Amino acid sequence: MADKQGVRIDAISKIYTDPKTRKPFYAVDKISLDILPGEFVTLLGPSGCGKTTTLRMIAGFESPDEGEIYIGNQPINHLTPNKRDTAMVFQSYALFPHYNVFDNVAYGLKLRGLSKEEIHDKVTRILNLVELPGMEARMTNQLSGGQQQRVALARALVVEPAVLLFDEPLSNLDAKLRITMRTEIRRIQQQLGITAVYVTHDQAEAMSISDRIVIMDKGVIAQAGTPHEIYYHPNSAFVADFIGEANFLPAKALAAEGGQIRLSIHGHEVTLPNPSGFAAGRDCQLMLRPEAAQIGHTGLLPCEVTLSTFMGAYQSYHVMVGDSLVKISDPCPINKHIFQVGDQAWLGFEPNCVHLL
Amino acid sequence: MTAHQSARLERKKLLADPVLIITIVLLTLFLLLFILYPLGMLLADSVFSTESFVAYTVAERPEDMTVTDAQGQATDRFIRQGQARKTPYYVVESTEGFQVKEELGRSTSLLYLDSVLPEGGQDTVVVVQTRQPLFTFQAFPHIFGDYTFIRALTNTLQLGVITALGGTLIGLLFAYVDTYVRVRTRLLKKLFDIVSLLPVVSPPFVLSLSMILLFGKSGLITRKVLGIYDSDVYGMWGIAIVQILTFFPVCYMMLKGLLKNIDPSMEEAARDMGASRWKVFTTVTFPLMLPGLGNAFLVTFIESVADFANPMIIGGSFDTLATTIYLRITGGSYDTQGAAAMAVVLLSLTIMMFLIQKYYLEAKTAATLTGKASRERMLITDRSVTRPLTVLCSLLSVFVIMMYVAIPFGSLFKLWGRDYSLSFRWYEQLFKQDGLKAFRDSFVLSLIASPITALLSMIISYLVVKRRFRGRGFIEFVSILAMAVPGTVLGVGFIRGFAGGVLRTGFLQGIYGTAAILVIVFVVRSLPVGTRSGISALRQIHPSIEESAYDLGAGSGKVFTSITLPLIKDSFLSGLVTTFVRSITAISAIILLVTPRYLLITTRINEFAEKGSYGVACAYATILIAIVYAAILLMNLVIKYFGTSKAVREAK
Repeated sequence: MADKQGVRIDAISKIYTDPKTRKPFYAVDKISLDILPGEFVTLLGPSGCGKTTTLRMIAGFESPDEGEIYIGNQPINHLTPNKRDTAMVFQSYALFPHYNVFDNVAYGLKLRGLSKEEIHDKVTRILNLVELPGMEARMTNQLSGGQQQRVALARALVVEPAVLLFDEPLSNLDAKLRITMRTEIRRIQQQLGITAVYVTHDQAEAMSISDRIVIMDKGVIAQAGTPHEIYYHPNSAFVADFIGEANFLPAKALAAEGGQIRLSIHGHEVTLPNPSGFAAGRDCQLMLRPEAAQIGHTGLLPCEVTLSTFMGAYQSYHVMVGDSLVKISDPCPINKHIFQVGDQAWLGFEPNCVHLL
Repeated sequence: MTAHQSARLERKKLLADPVLIITIVLLTLFLLLFILYPLGMLLADSVFSTESFVAYTVAERPEDMTVTDAQGQATDRFIRQGQARKTPYYVVESTEGFQVKEELGRSTSLLYLDSVLPEGGQDTVVVVQTRQPLFTFQAFPHIFGDYTFIRALTNTLQLGVITALGGTLIGLLFAYVDTYVRVRTRLLKKLFDIVSLLPVVSPPFVLSLSMILLFGKSGLITRKVLGIYDSDVYGMWGIAIVQILTFFPVCYMMLKGLLKNIDPSMEEAARDMGASRWKVFTTVTFPLMLPGLGNAFLVTFIESVADFANPMIIGGSFDTLATTIYLRITGGSYDTQGAAAMAVVLLSLTIMMFLIQKYYLEAKTAATLTGKASRERMLITDRSVTRPLTVLCSLLSVFVIMMYVAIPFGSLFKLWGRDYSLSFRWYEQLFKQDGLKAFRDSFVLSLIASPITALLSMIISYLVVKRRFRGRGFIEFVSILAMAVPGTVLGVGFIRGFAGGVLRTGFLQGIYGTAAILVIVFVVRSLPVGTRSGISALRQIHPSIEESAYDLGAGSGKVFTSITLPLIKDSFLSGLVTTFVRSITAISAIILLVTPRYLLITTRINEFAEKGSYGVACAYATILIAIVYAAILLMNLVIKYFGTSKAVREAK
């Protein structure tokens, strides 16, 4: 395989004209991103955030209106998709229905003028890798959804592209298969050390598969970081809410000193560690994940239970702290006291599990 | 602002793809040269002429008269003398610059003398013909003052409305019975299939021939069965019946597709609320399909107005625009400018209808009928409804089929109307009189045209559906627009556009009168049909399939040949046959362009039918139908065994 290459996106924009108002708007707005060689980066965001447009600009199907894209050190803006060293796995698989599995996978190799033996070797090897050995002669309509997706993956991998692009490849599969396939994709990507850019709107998929997640919103990058960073240190309410579930409690910073911060939440004072050096006197929001919240007869903030539902793995509560709704997932309910609707209780949390915004 | 960066990059990417660029350029040139240019020439011809003349008065005889140039040299040459609007005139030709004492007017053609010269009682007029270019709109006031034109125009409109109404109504009846009524006999279903196939198979004038054979003066039914001796099928009603029978199957197919898309739950809801079946039809079904009916009406109207062959054979003295234009060009008066102006009128008529149909009604149809019916429709089983409808449809089908059956019999009877004994004399005569050559010429030319058209229309569809580039809209519009161009108009356009070479410069002059121009006309006439079917086939293919091939390293030429074409093979194959069939049965444009070097079946049929030799005409038509039917059978066979595989069809 050729030397690993990264992708550098330098302030690219895509401007479309709104069909109704006839005004231009930025579908992608001056995005910059450095993807390291061998890195698995996921573009995550709600529909219309510009993630697919960005991916299609890397592939060459769309041309950026501003900025430049590089693969390695080579600017590629002017190259057509067939001249770019990228391979895409499509949402609809986009298998060629008139070819069998072998011919589908061999398509890119034939274009590169490889000998018959080489093509045969490579196709066989890659079909083994995606765990479809012996399926060469099958037509694509004789395959299950998961198998079709493996063929699509094999077809993209076999040409050994510098960058592998995924456009929501798992969204047509059922939930169970999705989980298997994302582990598969991750395993193969790690094994080959290939640079990958992955687009999805499924946050669980993004968390489980990526080295780095780029959260996009309205054409700009809201936050980029490892799954861990994004989950525990979101830089905005949008990111916090988009990745996992989040409760927000309005708070006022009373005093900040010695790495500690004293907050007032609905009239109750709470002292927390202050790693990010939040200044005193400001209004802020305390972000609390449902699984980090605790409910008990003692705690930090008094609350009233408004909903209590048994979910099997956990008891789900909705409680009111002042006029803020807080969702709590309390694990292993079998050993615990179950609060009923109308009960008065206390909300608690580990101080290092919350995040100030 | 770098907002144009993407446009620049797209251009760059396009330029990096020489196959695509060359294809687009060649295609654009083809469309410009063979569709837009001839039509443009018609327009130019009707307002612009180099054979202009001026008129002015003199008292003396022309021998005494001199037209002088600036140096005082005589430049005139006496041509002829005559009288227009009771004014005697002399025509002289002047090739040099000349001076005129008193100018009465200018005109682009000597044919329009009477609209230039003063009313009678004046002095003798001398008309000077020059080669000065002249730009006037004279041809239009002239033809609109021309009684034959006005009559042809009103005839055409009248016929168009009657045919379109009749065709739409019968089409609606068939479509309704097919989708709403439980038909007990499988025979009727079979009849429906035959009736919907017949107009595809049949040459355009077959029904006219059989109309004459069955209902004419010595018609089998009128004379033999009914004993009527003075039956007259020639004229408007003859044409209208023939056209309705020819075009209603098209309406039937269109409306059938439409009715199938109406969700039965809507009608069931109305029934449930207490509406009678008739009430449901008038308040729910009919309003829903109104735009679709309008659509069918206009399509039939365009077909009727553009039809040349039927009015030619069975029109008698009932001239339509298409036949009048043809007669203007071939009938001795050689009024090409007048013909051009009429062609412009006919063309504007059809294009206007076409634009309304394409951009207004089609959108409206799509808006009211979205998506598929949610489930099967409960068919009407009520005898009081099914019986009369079934009987009516069967009678009509049998009538249509009988009309077609009359043709082979017409070729086998010794002398229609007198001697109904079987003989092969008409076939013998056919082969003695260059019959073989006609079949060979028609066959070979159509065979050349069909792969060209099929490939061209697939390429156009690919470009239109799958690629983005400047000029895409132009290519789509022009290749579909050709559908609205009547064959006669195209024929006149080709004569005016290529007779003296392109723009009268002599460029491509060699093409005129050769087989090449006939093949090109075949291609242009079939291109819209092929393109339309290609476009709808391609719309079914998910764009990502081609994108992934592109992404894996295939250039656009490779994508087209390795992915696109195999996926729309069926459409390509049927395009091959449709073009072949349309070409071998074409007459309207071809009859104006064909030279004695080539004999075509259709023009031969026309000749013999005009002479009254119906036996030979029928013999030609019978063999032609056989050829066409064989071609279609062959196509179905090929598609069955070599067409797109089941896998591909399922993938769609």
